[in-house]
Amino acid sequence: MSFWSDPIRVANEWLNGLLTDLLPQAWATLIGNVIGVVVVSSFGLILVIFLIWLERKVAARFQDRIGPNRAGPYGLLQTIADIVKLLTKEDSIPEKADKVTFNLAPIVSMIAVLLIWAVIPFAPGWIGTDLNVGVLYIAAVGSFGILSILMAGWASNNKYALLGAFRAVAQLISYEVPMLLTLLVPVLLARSMGMMHIVHDQSLWFIVLAPVAGVIFLVSSIAEVGRTPFDLIEAESEIVAGYHTEYTGMKFGLFFAAEFLHAFTVGVLFAILYLGGWRGPGAEQYPILGMVYLIAKSSIGYFIVMWVRSTLPRIRIDQMLDLNWKVLTPISLALLILTAILDKMFAETALRAPVLLGANVLVVVLSWAIIRVLSRRSRRERKVFKKRPEARAV
Amino acid sequence: MTGMQGVFLFAAGLILWAAFMMVTRQNLVHAAFYLILALFGVAILFVLLDAGFLAVIQVSVYIGAISIMMIFAVMLTRGDVIEEDPVNKNYGWALLLAALFAFGLIILVGQWPAIASLPGAFDTSRDLAAELGVALFSPEGFVIPSEVASVLLLAALVGSLVVARRQKGK
Amino acid sequence: MIPLSWYLILAALLFCIGLYGVLARKNAVAILMSVELMLNAVNINLVAFWRYFTPGNISGHAFAVIVFVVAAAEVAVGLALIISIYRRRKTVAADEINLMKW
Repeated sequence: MSFWSDPIRVANEWLNGLLTDLLPQAWATLIGNVIGVVVVSSFGLILVIFLIWLERKVAARFQDRIGPNRAGPYGLLQTIADIVKLLTKEDSIPEKADKVTFNLAPIVSMIAVLLIWAVIPFAPGWIGTDLNVGVLYIAAVGSFGILSILMAGWASNNKYALLGAFRAVAQLISYEVPMLLTLLVPVLLARSMGMMHIVHDQSLWFIVLAPVAGVIFLVSSIAEVGRTPFDLIEAESEIVAGYHTEYTGMKFGLFFAAEFLHAFTVGVLFAILYLGGWRGPGAEQYPILGMVYLIAKSSIGYFIVMWVRSTLPRIRIDQMLDLNWKVLTPISLALLILTAILDKMFAETALRAPVLLGANVLVVVLSWAIIRVLSRRSRRERKVFKKRPEARAV
Repeated sequence: MTGMQGVFLFAAGLILWAAFMMVTRQNLVHAAFYLILALFGVAILFVLLDAGFLAVIQVSVYIGAISIMMIFAVMLTRGDVIEEDPVNKNYGWALLLAALFAFGLIILVGQWPAIASLPGAFDTSRDLAAELGVALFSPEGFVIPSEVASVLLLAALVGSLVVARRQKGK
Repeated sequence: MIPLSWYLILAALLFCIGLYGVLARKNAVAILMSVELMLNAVNINLVAFWRYFTPGNISGHAFAVIVFVVAAAEVAVGLALIISIYRRRKTVAADEINLMKW
């Protein structure tokens, strides 16, 4: 196998050979693992530099602007300039803040996102660690993100930061429910929680078998990231900047970078769970092609996230909770149960795909009808407003 | 000392230190953060015991749900985030009882002949999550306990909603 | 290789720290947290016994999972009670909630 078709494996074998020559086996494995961790996490961190530029460009196009175009060709070095600016800013800590927690929060928020990358299958054989509970692992490390927001909001000792943290917990914990339920749908279809296994099982993309679950996953993931239209946690017109009100310089930069990386990670997860991951013509022989396919497919999800962000206004907090508990959660519960039953009944038959697709359509039609009926009834029951008290000159 | 033992001692030290800090902190939010550290240490122990599935569940249930709820409750009952005196007047007796209990347990454990046994070989390629799923829902396994547990969860869900709901007109 | 005694002693110590917390702490939330420590000590024991004596049988896992469920239920109800009490009495100190004491 040549270097260009599978650079990671070749590099890995070379490194392994080198290390086992120099060191005892246990140390070689340990150092090999540490190097793997460093490679995967620096890939994520370097990606952020590019992502911020990309998002600013795309958002600019949506708003009929040009976007960053001064630093470097096409403004590519804009993010580097921003980083330099952030690094040279004064690092201010509020006097009454809880110092340790305050400084720890941005780190935890970045770690929470980077940990997800440990189980992302980039291409055949390219995976940090192929846990057999990979999907559950993603759910577990996601909770560190909530923790970091709570830490930041509380440690700042600022009213608005604390309000932002309260909102964040209400939103993130609520949207974790439909996200987890729709994470389970691909698990049911692939009959495994391992990420590699899920990708291998998608000779037919799961978006065909479970389109509604895919959409719900994307929506609730956007809410998990806390982007517009779900950016109530940092709504600048209401609570200044939410949990990161008191943060300056690179600490704010870490929160910012974590959010961008998380948004792209949502695209990657969507691609892996519903769009077939690295699968594509020739990916098995040439793993580097698989990486290209994965990036291309992730860009679809990421583009939708950006599109939604630049199009929709922020929703109200009661709308946010209503959407989750009255729409997304019941639909994803129904989908999960239907998928479990139908997939078992029609396993290994040609009818599997059409039946599952039909069930999805049925769920959408039924829930739409229920929502229509309920909203009409509530409109009928809505009382006529009382006459408002008027201000009069006495 | 092998690598495994090193990791165990690190995790054990982390757990005990964090647990001690948790029960002695005046600031309740700090106590909750130390609780998270201790629970994370327990997750490391589960990985050492080849129970990766339980480790992931431990992180997602305890850190993701229970600890966040604890911190939330502390913040909602904000009047007492920092207690002047975190312990009640019986703390001396409590200390004595806990020390006696620890002493007794360790003596008891020490007299047991199987205490020094070492773990046998373990096939790490087993899919424990699948085995656990089958065991929890098969009639030969734990179907009754797991159903009772789910009823308990449902009851807790409804019960906590009822208890914590604001009464109308207040 | 780690002998079983290490796990058992660790679990015993953790349990007793939790016990001290339950008996000595004033704040009801802190008492709940200490209960979590005790439950975790039990779980360490359950999983250690599973690994050392019956790794072929999955019961140890099943027990631990049921402990998780009970812990989650306990926290949900406990915190709801604490918040409800706080609304009425404006305190969560366990020794000030003494209306039923004679």
